[in-house]
Amino acid sequence: MKKWHISNLYLIFVFLVLYLPIIYLIFYSFNAGDTMDHFSGFSWRHYGTLLSDSRMISIVLNTLIIALLSSLIATIVGTLGALGIYSTKKAAVKNGLLSLNNVLMVSPDVIIGASFLIFFTFLGFSLGFGSVLLSHIAFSIPIVVLMVLPKINELPATMVDAAYDLGATTWQTLTKVILPAITPGIFAGFFMAFTYSLDDFAVTFFVTGNGFSTLSVEIYSRARQGVDLEVNALSTLMFIVSLLLVVGYYLLGRYNQSRRMQRVKAAEAKINQ
Amino acid sequence: MHKKTTYLIPYMLWIGLFVIAPMALILYQSFFNISGHFTMGNYEQYLTNGVYLKMTFNSILYALIITMSTLLISYPTALLLNRLKNKQFWLLLVILPTWINLLLKTYAFIGLFSQNGSVNDFLRFVGVGSHQILFTDASFIFVAAYIEIPFMILPIFNSLAELNPSMINASRDLGANSWQTFRRVILPLTMPGVKAGFQAIFIPSLSLFMITRLIGGNRVITLGTAIEEHFLVTQNWGMGSTIGVVLILAMFVVMYLTRDRKAKGGRIQ
Repeated sequence: MKKWHISNLYLIFVFLVLYLPIIYLIFYSFNAGDTMDHFSGFSWRHYGTLLSDSRMISIVLNTLIIALLSSLIATIVGTLGALGIYSTKKAAVKNGLLSLNNVLMVSPDVIIGASFLIFFTFLGFSLGFGSVLLSHIAFSIPIVVLMVLPKINELPATMVDAAYDLGATTWQTLTKVILPAITPGIFAGFFMAFTYSLDDFAVTFFVTGNGFSTLSVEIYSRARQGVDLEVNALSTLMFIVSLLLVVGYYLLGRYNQSRRMQRVKAAEAKINQ
Repeated sequence: MHKKTTYLIPYMLWIGLFVIAPMALILYQSFFNISGHFTMGNYEQYLTNGVYLKMTFNSILYALIITMSTLLISYPTALLLNRLKNKQFWLLLVILPTWINLLLKTYAFIGLFSQNGSVNDFLRFVGVGSHQILFTDASFIFVAAYIEIPFMILPIFNSLAELNPSMINASRDLGANSWQTFRRVILPLTMPGVKAGFQAIFIPSLSLFMITRLIGGNRVITLGTAIEEHFLVTQNWGMGSTIGVVLILAMFVVMYLTRDRKAKGGRIQ
């Protein structure tokens, strides 16, 4: 019993270390003063500054537009890619495609950023919104493939055969049989791509050029200049958004599970008939 | 047959343009010097100039320290988390900080570690007196480990959760004590998780340039910092690409060393 107590203390310590810096950031966002080391009273002042900072608001909007557009396009390309990989018959080609798919998953961010910078410069593509958007699409595609592919593999091949036997065209089979079955995977992929894009710093930092900025790049350049409690206010808001995203992802995960359970039940019911 | 190839087109374009071309270009660029002439000079300079080799060695050393300290903290945490009642909920709490922007977490430490920051207040309070914490090697290692901990806990937790409890029962029935059970049964069976965590942390640790800049001052230079410096500050893309190729090679070595060798043995299971 005594041992149990000590081990719990260790866990409490780990969780404290994990959360203290975040709580600390949020706490000082309500500081009436301007520093992160002396709390001189409660104030919403820094939130006011943040909301009237039109540069910051346009950067937040840029970041959201990039994240939405890139995850949407990556989801489409990734889903098509997963369907393509699935329909590849030769094992060697399939493995080759999967290995190429994983290159950007395992490469360090600096390598992706630096190589994309060379690529865009080589093509004479100007750096800014376009290059950032293309880069975000590019590093989000493999995660979508990895989320969608297991769902396609789960789909019984006999279902597709049955659809063809019953006279469905390729298009009908795709939209009426395959896509509905893999929708949870597509949503999960979109969601992951969205968070990847919001979170990215290193790749964007390389390909952003001078005129265009995303939230991560802006936080970096402000943090280099020292403490600015407007960043703290921003982090509180971002923490709330992350919390909502985690809850959303959690619910989506459960939704997947319940969908899966439903399908299993449906299959069982059919077998028992 | 015709349909199948059409929906592969965008994906193949992506592979060609954003996977193969950039990787080929970074290799190509590494053979050019700052004035655009083809040369082996970058590699020559990298191998003969002590500065680059020392930087690479230091970077690997830092990454090892970060990974090992993360492992030391994470393994017991994963072990204890696995014994809790609502373990999925607690695991979610471990994952939650990873959803917060890495730069914000790093920024928090600028405040915490500053001359009059809370950590120094605490040190003064316990009578140790204030110290320069920010811009030291230790602060860089601490912040990097802080950011990476969840990525180590998660794979270890998963491999512990997959561990068949009857293995542990069998070991205890056969007379092994807790330490022997841990050493001979639990640890070997959770090695895939440890390896996955090692991979997930060691490679990024070689390339985290934002933390070295914000927390390590300019004292700590990792491979990532050097690449960023060459590409965005000194504009010597050739040398930057050469260091990039070294980083890619380091990545392959780590992946080879931590690959899953489970398939070969197959005695257990």
